[in-house]
Amino acid sequence: MAYLSQIAFIAVLGVAIYFLYKRISRIKKNIQLGKALDRSGNTSERMKTMLLVAFGQQKMFKRIIPAILHLFIYVGFLIINLEVLEFVIDGLFGTHRFFAPYLGSFYGVLMNGFEVLVALVLFSCVAFLVRRNVLKVPRFQSAEMTSWPRLDANLILVIEIVLMFAILTMNATDQILQGRDAGYYATGSIFFSALFIPLFEGLSTGTLIFIERFAWWFHIVGILAFAVYVTYSKHLHIFLAFPNTYFSNLNAKGQMQNMPEVTKEVKMMLNLPVENADAPAEIGRFGAKDVNDLSWKNLMDAYSCTECGRCTAECPANLTGKKLSPRKIMMDTRDRLEEVGKSLEAGGPGLEDGKSLIDDYITREELLACTSCNACVEACPVTIDPLSIILQMRRYAVMEESNAPASWNSMFSNMETSFSPWKFAPSDRFNWANDINKKQS
Amino acid sequence: MSEIEYKVPVMADMAAQGQSPEVLFWVGCAGSFDERYKQVTRAFVKILNKVGVSFAVLGPEESCTGDPARRAGNEFLFQMQAMSNIQLMNAYEIKKIVTACPHCFNTLKNEYPELGGNYEVIHHSTYLQQLINEGKVKLQGGGEFKGKKITYHDSCYLGRANKVYEAPREVLQALDAELVEMKRCKTKGLCCGAGGAQMFKEPEKGKKDINIERTEEALETGAKIIAAACPFCLTMMADGVKNKEKEAEVAVMDIAELIAKAEGL
Repeated sequence: MAYLSQIAFIAVLGVAIYFLYKRISRIKKNIQLGKALDRSGNTSERMKTMLLVAFGQQKMFKRIIPAILHLFIYVGFLIINLEVLEFVIDGLFGTHRFFAPYLGSFYGVLMNGFEVLVALVLFSCVAFLVRRNVLKVPRFQSAEMTSWPRLDANLILVIEIVLMFAILTMNATDQILQGRDAGYYATGSIFFSALFIPLFEGLSTGTLIFIERFAWWFHIVGILAFAVYVTYSKHLHIFLAFPNTYFSNLNAKGQMQNMPEVTKEVKMMLNLPVENADAPAEIGRFGAKDVNDLSWKNLMDAYSCTECGRCTAECPANLTGKKLSPRKIMMDTRDRLEEVGKSLEAGGPGLEDGKSLIDDYITREELLACTSCNACVEACPVTIDPLSIILQMRRYAVMEESNAPASWNSMFSNMETSFSPWKFAPSDRFNWANDINKKQS
Repeated sequence: MSEIEYKVPVMADMAAQGQSPEVLFWVGCAGSFDERYKQVTRAFVKILNKVGVSFAVLGPEESCTGDPARRAGNEFLFQMQAMSNIQLMNAYEIKKIVTACPHCFNTLKNEYPELGGNYEVIHHSTYLQQLINEGKVKLQGGGEFKGKKITYHDSCYLGRANKVYEAPREVLQALDAELVEMKRCKTKGLCCGAGGAQMFKEPEKGKKDINIERTEEALETGAKIIAAACPFCLTMMADGVKNKEKEAEVAVMDIAELIAKAEGL
C-alpha cells in the first residue's frame, strides 16, 4: 500500500514538473521576443535593490494595511514551504513526518510556529477577500478589472485558504491519532489545529487515518496544482518579483532611453563625425508597435504585474477620468504577449496575425493622456515601468506614422523653425533682460 | 537695496574676452518667452547679481533642450536640438549649468551625456539652497514671508524623476514661513498635468483637468502662497487658482521670486 502511494506521488510530482517546465519555457521564450537591453553590471546595487524591494517588501509599505496583510502571506509562503520539503520527502520515501525524530521536541515547536503563520495567512486572505468583494476598495474596481482578473484574484485567495485548512485538518487528525496509535510520532499539542480536534474526536481510527491522508494528499497536490496555475495567472509575481527588481532601471527615473540608431542619422545630418559609419543600419522600426518592439525587461514587467493597481491609483490622468491606466498598459502587454506566444506554440502566425499591441489593445487616447510624471513607476512595489512602454509607443506613432495631435505638430514645427516649442522669434529670446533694471511695481 | 545695477553677461561676449563664467544659467524657453516666467528669470538673475556669482547666459544662442519633442515621441527633433546645444556648449567649454526649469534640468543632466554633453547640472532650487547654506543669501528674519502659510507643489521632473525633494523645501524654510504639505507630496506628489508634452496640447477627455484637482488640494491647506519650482507647474497652478477665482487671496510663486522678494530685490 505504501508502495502504491509512493508511485502515485512520484507520478503526481512528475506531471507537475512536466507542466511547470513546459510553461516556464514558454514564458521564457515569450520574454525573449523582446529587444535586447543591457541591464548587466552594478551587481551589488542590483542585489541591494532586490533584497530591499522584493525580499524586504520595501515599497509595499507605502500603504501600511495591505503591506502588513501581504507580509503575513509572504512570510507564510516562504516558511510554510519548508514544510512542503517534508511533504515531498515523505511522499517519495513513504515516511511519515520525516524530520520529527531528528528534531525531537523542537519539531513540535516548529509545527506551532508554522501554524501561527497558517493562522496569519488565513486571516490575511479573508481580509483581502473582504477588501476586494465587500469593502470594494476602488483600485480593484477599475475598468480593466473585468471578470477574469477579478476571478483570478479571488481564486488565488480561496485556494490559499483551502490549502491552509488542509494543513490544519491534517494536524488535528494527526494529533488524535497520536493518542490512539503508537505509529504516529508525538508532536505534542499544536495550538491552532488542536482547536479543531473536537470536530474529529468522535470518528473511528480508520476514518481519521483516511481524513489525515486525504488532507495530506490534498495539500501537496493542491500546492503543485497551484504552482502550475500561478504561471497562467497574475500571481506570477511571487517568483518574478525577484529577477524583476534585480534588473530594475538604476538610472534617474526622468531619463528616457536613448535611441542610438537616431543619433547616427542626426550626426550625419549635422556633419558630425560618426563612429562605425559603415556599419549596416539596424533594421527595425522606430518605437513600439507590438510586443517584440519592446525590450525583454518591458515584457518581464508585464509578467511580474500582479494587478494591484497602485500605479493606477496614483496616475493623475486616471484620477481625473482619462482612459489611461498604467495597470491596463501592463495587462494589455501581457495579454498580447500571451496571445502571440500561444499562436507560436501552435505553429500559428504569431506576431503576423494582423493584430498589434497598439490599437488592438492600447488605444491612442490612453497613450496621449500620459503626463510622464512617473507616479506609476514610483508606486509599483516590484519596480515595473509602464511609462517606458507608453513612451516607446508614442515614438512609433510619431516617427513611423507621423500620427501626432495637430497641436503637437505645431510644437514640432515651432521647434524646427524657431528653436522653441512656442512660436516666438529666436531673436527675441534675450528680450527678458531688457527691463531688468526697471523698477518693478 | 535696488541701487545695484543688474548685469546679464552673455556667453558669446565673455568668450570673446577670453573669460569663462563659473556657471552657465540655462534660461529655458519658458524663462525666455513666457511673460510670467520671465519674472522668475529676472528674480533669479538678481539673486545671482547680489551674491556676486560669476555667471553667463547663452542669450539668443540658447535653444530648446528638446524635452517636449522627446516626450511626445519625436526623437529626431529632440536629438537635433540636443546635438546643436551640445556643440555650442562644448565649444564654450561649459562645465556647470544651473537652470530654473526641471524639464531642462532633467534633459541636460540625464539625457545629454549619452549624446556627448557632460556637465554638472543643478536646478535653481538646489543652487539657492547652497547659497543659503553657505551664508551668501542671508534672509534676515525671513522678511515679509515670516510666519506665512506656504505650500510647496513638487514638480515631477524634480521630485520623482531626480529625487530632489528637500532643496526647495529648505529654501522655503529659510523664509521663516510656515511650510504646510499637501496630502499628496514628495514621492506621492500629484502632477500639475503639464508634463510629457501635455503643456502643448489639450488634455484628453476626462472628468476633470489635472491642474484643478491639484489646485483644490493646494487650496485645502489654507496656504496663501503656492510655491513652485517649475515653469509648467507655475502656469498650471496659476490657471487653477484663477479657475477657482482665488487669485486675489492666493499667489502662485516660484521659490526664486520668494527669495528675491524677501531680499528686497
